[in-house]
Amino acid sequence: MPLLPQRWRLLLVLLLVIGLPIATGLIWLLLTALFDRVHGLIPQGDFGSENWRFLWQGSVSGRPSIWVALLNSVMFAGAVAVIEVLVSAMAAYAISRMRFPLRSMYLRFALMLHAFPAISLIIAIFYILRILGLFDTLIGVILVKASLELPLGIWLMKGFFDHLSWEMEMAALVDGASRWTLFWRIALPLVRPGILALGTFALLSAWGEFILPFTLIVSGKSWTLALYLQSFMGESFIDFGLMAGVGLFYVLPVVLFFLLGQRYLLNIYSGGAKG
Amino acid sequence: MTGVTVRLEGLVKHFGRVQALKGIDLTLTPGELVAFLGPSGCGKTTTLLLIAGIYKATAGQIFFDDRRIDHLHPRDRDIGMVFQSYALYPHLTMFENIAFPLRLQRVPKAEVKRKVEQTAELLGISEQLLRRPALVSGGQQQRAALARALVKEPRVLLLDEPLSNLDALIRLSARAEIRRLQKELGITSILVTHDQSEALAMADRVAVFSVGEVEQFATPEELYKAPATTFVAGFVGFPPMNLFEGRFNGAFEAKGLKIPLSPGHPGGKGYLGIRPEDIRFDGEIAARVLLVEVLGKDSLLTLEAAGHILKAMSLEGMQVAIGDELLLNFPVEKLHLFDAEGKRIQRQAS
Ligand SMILES: Nc1ncnc2c1ncn2[C@@H]1O[C@H](COP(=O)(O)OP(=O)(O)OP(=O)(O)O)[C@@H](O)[C@H]1O
Ligand SMILES: [Mg+2]
Repeated sequence: MPLLPQRWRLLLVLLLVIGLPIATGLIWLLLTALFDRVHGLIPQGDFGSENWRFLWQGSVSGRPSIWVALLNSVMFAGAVAVIEVLVSAMAAYAISRMRFPLRSMYLRFALMLHAFPAISLIIAIFYILRILGLFDTLIGVILVKASLELPLGIWLMKGFFDHLSWEMEMAALVDGASRWTLFWRIALPLVRPGILALGTFALLSAWGEFILPFTLIVSGKSWTLALYLQSFMGESFIDFGLMAGVGLFYVLPVVLFFLLGQRYLLNIYSGGAKG
Repeated sequence: MTGVTVRLEGLVKHFGRVQALKGIDLTLTPGELVAFLGPSGCGKTTTLLLIAGIYKATAGQIFFDDRRIDHLHPRDRDIGMVFQSYALYPHLTMFENIAFPLRLQRVPKAEVKRKVEQTAELLGISEQLLRRPALVSGGQQQRAALARALVKEPRVLLLDEPLSNLDALIRLSARAEIRRLQKELGITSILVTHDQSEALAMADRVAVFSVGEVEQFATPEELYKAPATTFVAGFVGFPPMNLFEGRFNGAFEAKGLKIPLSPGHPGGKGYLGIRPEDIRFDGEIAARVLLVEVLGKDSLLTLEAAGHILKAMSLEGMQVAIGDELLLNFPVEKLHLFDAEGKRIQRQAS
């Protein structure tokens, strides 16, 4: 007895075909990282512990330790997410709730800014960081990455704040709250779904960010994992096994993040006030 | 806890070009419950929010006792307020909702617990304290909102249509309960409503609002017996007063009608009013019955007399059918006279 109706089977085949290249890539990554050699997609030899030597060798051919890069990546993604969420939330609250001169112009401007490809600004950013003394520092790239994502974050958070009831805010003011208390104790907890969503996207986007650190960071002590991985590409002899190992290492935290967080992430929109 | 005198002087509020309040002057005595009654959009909520300090007045002053408070932040005004939507904080339990004003005042924990439990007890919601507002009934939410307003022992209590979201049965018991609490605590209170039976039943005095203005500020009895303007006359009382536009000329003349008056009235244009329940059926004004609505033991009659449509209440035991001819009597002592601007003409001592 067929498990699926005829039409659906066709669809399934189609989806498999479309998904094949991606699946192949993932399988290659996995196999290459785990075995000595891989011919095509057929593993040869034993478990490739050599591929993982970056974990215990302090430095692989002059590179900084992978643990430094990991720490940098974690700090980079974490700081970008925190800054982005915090600043977006505050700016969005002000825009949603308060009246000030040029408010609507500011809103349109923010959206336009987001339409700018970041890469077209990179030369200007380079000069600004040089002047500020933040070139080749993690803090510098963090600030740049967070600022570039702010317009979208502000727009997203504004949508969430717009849905809060005015009467509730009035009630809080009458109850004795200042604007500041009101923001932290009433408004912010109520847009938690927005914060979770924006925070997740910010975290992932920063984790995968390559071009900004690549342009704005030179010295190895500030390398992120993306730069560490990229450094293998320029060599005359590319050690694919090693590179796949590093690649897998780079992906693992994200997988872990989803496995641990999926309960919350999937509930973002179900008013997950119970936590 | 004793209430304060609340004095509003010349309150004006503009929203851009909209003139929401044109100049409100009211004085509430300590411990009094005053109802703001008026049609939608007449500025009742705006007045309340000015007193609470959410809006800033365009002009005018607000005093609690003799202290001017309209420049103060809401938190320094010592006000409790219940909003129409209750405006509970959905992410906090009922307990934390009620405790919120106290937490902001940094009241010690044990004290917070004691006060919240005491207030909850007073309002009969002790069992629901650990739930979130979304999980309790509308009536319980309303009580929680009231508890939150009362827990900090405010000097002034503002209630913006607190009962309008309750179903009819609970509304009646909630009326009595709010009234009892308010008297017991002696807080000067304002109740906004557009339900006149609520205003008349609960309030010591009622301020009747028309668009941006107070038409009359008086006891329920006075509003009924001596409405100050045609607006109040038409708004207070059910069914509303019959109003005729015409001319005073010894008697009152409105096209086809001539109604005798007691002597001593000025001439000129004006209005004459009579309540449906004051019309008697032993006079000379010919009228035809258009409609009979049974309201319990009496019936409300819609009549036509010389082209005017009016309402009257049937007397007990009276048999009326559509199409019947009646002879109406408007007793002189029951007539309400208004001048051309709609202001009441004081009845001459007779
Ligand atoms: N924040 C605001 N911005 C602009 N106009 C407002 C604002 N608040 C109230 N108004 C206007 O002021 C007038 C009075 O409004 P208000 O809310 O005080 O009426 P209300 O008597 O409470 O009516 P309801 O019985 O419908 O609650 C209305 O015309 C309203 O549109
Ligand atoms: Mg209102």
